Amino acid sequence: MTTYTPNMNEMGSGTAVPPSPTPQTDILRTAETLRWQIGQNFHEQLMEDIYTEAARIADRAVTRPNEKPRFDLDRTIDRIVTSRIWGFPLMVLLFTVVFWLTISGANIPSGWLSALLLDTVHPLLKAGAAAIHMPWWLSGLLIDGMYLATAWVVSVMLPPMAIFFPLFTLLEDFGYLPRVAFNLDNVFRKSGAHGKQALSMMMGFGCNAAGVVATRVIDSPRERLIAIITNNFALCNGRWPTQILIATLFIGGLVPAYLAGLVSALAVVSIAVLGVLLSFALSWGLSRSILKGEVSTFSLELPPYRPPRVWQTIYTSVIDRTLIVLWRAVTFALPAGAIIWLMANVTIGGTSIAEYLINFLNPLGLLIGLNGVILVAYIVAIPANEIVIPTILMLTVLVTGITGVGAGAGVMFDMNGSAMKGLLDTGGWTLLTAVNLMLFSLIHNPCSTTIYTIYKETGSKKWTLIASLLPVAMGFIVTFLVAQVWRLVTG
Amino acid sequence: MTTSNKINSHTASECATCPAHHAGNLLKLGVDMSDFDYVVALAGNPNVGKSTVFNALTGLRQHTGNWPGKTVARAEGGFSYGDGRYKIVDLPGTYSLLSTSKDEEVARDFILFGQPDVTIIVVDATRLERNLNLVLQVLEITDRAVIALNLIDEAKRHGLEVDERRLARDLGVPVVPMAARQGEGIAELLQAVHEVTTGQTVCKPHRVKSESTAVRHALDKLVQQLLAQFPSLPNARWVALRLLDGDQRIVEAVCSGEIDDLISQEPVQRPEDLLITLEAA
Repeated sequence: MTTYTPNMNEMGSGTAVPPSPTPQTDILRTAETLRWQIGQNFHEQLMEDIYTEAARIADRAVTRPNEKPRFDLDRTIDRIVTSRIWGFPLMVLLFTVVFWLTISGANIPSGWLSALLLDTVHPLLKAGAAAIHMPWWLSGLLIDGMYLATAWVVSVMLPPMAIFFPLFTLLEDFGYLPRVAFNLDNVFRKSGAHGKQALSMMMGFGCNAAGVVATRVIDSPRERLIAIITNNFALCNGRWPTQILIATLFIGGLVPAYLAGLVSALAVVSIAVLGVLLSFALSWGLSRSILKGEVSTFSLELPPYRPPRVWQTIYTSVIDRTLIVLWRAVTFALPAGAIIWLMANVTIGGTSIAEYLINFLNPLGLLIGLNGVILVAYIVAIPANEIVIPTILMLTVLVTGITGVGAGAGVMFDMNGSAMKGLLDTGGWTLLTAVNLMLFSLIHNPCSTTIYTIYKETGSKKWTLIASLLPVAMGFIVTFLVAQVWRLVTG
Repeated sequence: MTTSNKINSHTASECATCPAHHAGNLLKLGVDMSDFDYVVALAGNPNVGKSTVFNALTGLRQHTGNWPGKTVARAEGGFSYGDGRYKIVDLPGTYSLLSTSKDEEVARDFILFGQPDVTIIVVDATRLERNLNLVLQVLEITDRAVIALNLIDEAKRHGLEVDERRLARDLGVPVVPMAARQGEGIAELLQAVHEVTTGQTVCKPHRVKSESTAVRHALDKLVQQLLAQFPSLPNARWVALRLLDGDQRIVEAVCSGEIDDLISQEPVQRPEDLLITLEAA
């Protein structure tokens, strides 16, 4: 078992000097001798001099004509949003509102987009391909494979992202994130992790690869590793659309239409909160097993609240985040679409490769309350979580043998018995499948970009492997348990 | 503008020294950093607006947000102003140069060994005292710096008045009051940077001088040895200070001779350093 040992930096003034006498070691020897001569409090004296000087200069330059209101509004807001009683409920409320706005706002444009891209453009492309006598396999590969996967990615992802990112960025610009870190600090400390892990987790809600890089703000290697390994439980933007879609179709569908948006939002928030809880749990486990050590202290500055620059925020979050993320999804969807189409159309002994795979994974899938289609989709989607839903849809179409794929897609965010829900129901989906898909989407391996980033940041194959495999194992265990309990309860 | 400006007589007219005259000359070059004449570093405490200034100068859109610790790696961009092309490097925020974490080390290595032609130190006008701690440390190691006194609008709203002339005189470098989010002061900042790079403004940075005789002797001795071994070391005194303080990173750099590489080329970034101890454990 490995335990953490502090590095040289933390051990104080003992410095290792190699024995061979080179000019360099001479310098270091001199430094060491001199250090003893000048006495113990040299460092403190140095710092004190700088502080005194800074205070003196600042004092001369700054005048406070009226000593009165200073930061008063900020303090009032802080007292509420970081209070012991209201801090957490307000946090949950705020994020629920953000998701509710995202879900109810994304419905309509998603409908438009899928009507345009799937129901109008797709048949047109097929007709065009037929008119120029394109061979069936080429039009299948290009239009039914690559185009369709991309069209699904765009219509499922674009609207929620275009709403979610600006809202989140506005909160960030306002100065709310450090308060979240402040609220969560105590829990993180109790679970043996660094309080700043809250910040890297926040970045993870946008993208896990960015979250892993953001752990650089944590100075202790032990706590930084914990933050890297647990970052995967911050739902990234590749997974938000999956959560939102499944929650809308299966959980929002359980309640009357006027409540559907709110209930779906709550379901998504629950999954996100579960992710945070899992972060705590895993941090706790790691800091008591393979990453033992002391929790380091740090100071976190609560910056002043600033009125967000609304238009600039909307512009940059749409251009920089939404479109960049969408572009990444599209570049992964194009080859994935081709692969899915090939898997579905290359047959060995009358059965397609996809069917072989699905049938092979189906028993395992059913055991954990999912199915073979979903597991195959997760394998295809290792490069990018964004394409999970399109893959599932295309494979389900294949397995259930529904003809007319464009029509089968229907309107994506229709609440009551939409074509898509119909398709999934035909594929044998139940509420358990939906719940476990949401759980598995939260708890599985990071995407390949994140895995690569973890490798770059840690420089260690061992920790990259742990960070990649631990979540999948947890995902299988959690979904398996949920499936067993569910089946016991529902008989 | 600032009192520390010593404008040489050959600068033609009053107009030429007015920031407004040059304001139209800023050309945001984005990531185009080819054939640059000068390197500018952006340093400062976390969350004071470095990335906002960076974006305003380069036209790039580095992630900005109201929390400390957004920038964890170096970002580079270019702009041209007057007849000079500049490469500008946005550094992670740091409270001090006695770094502990990875992001702070990125900042320190660049200021120390990247040899920027000018270091812009962005400071938060509402928290001047704490920000000056870093300013004084940076001024220990460079002769060419400009203070961007940012968030001056917020300071005013809180009833604070900062006398930038006095500050410039005390620190010995130009001080430019700014509200970077609103784009105020960018023209003046560019002018100040331009004047420092071209030598029209000569900085006389404030140095903390309260060392005891023993320390001064120790420093002199070390500096002598360091310069004998590394003749091109730009800030031997600071390196000597860090050696006396037992700074492990600097000890390693001297020991392996890496300090010489750091001087002659771009600073190396090695994120994997951090976890080597863990691996060995």
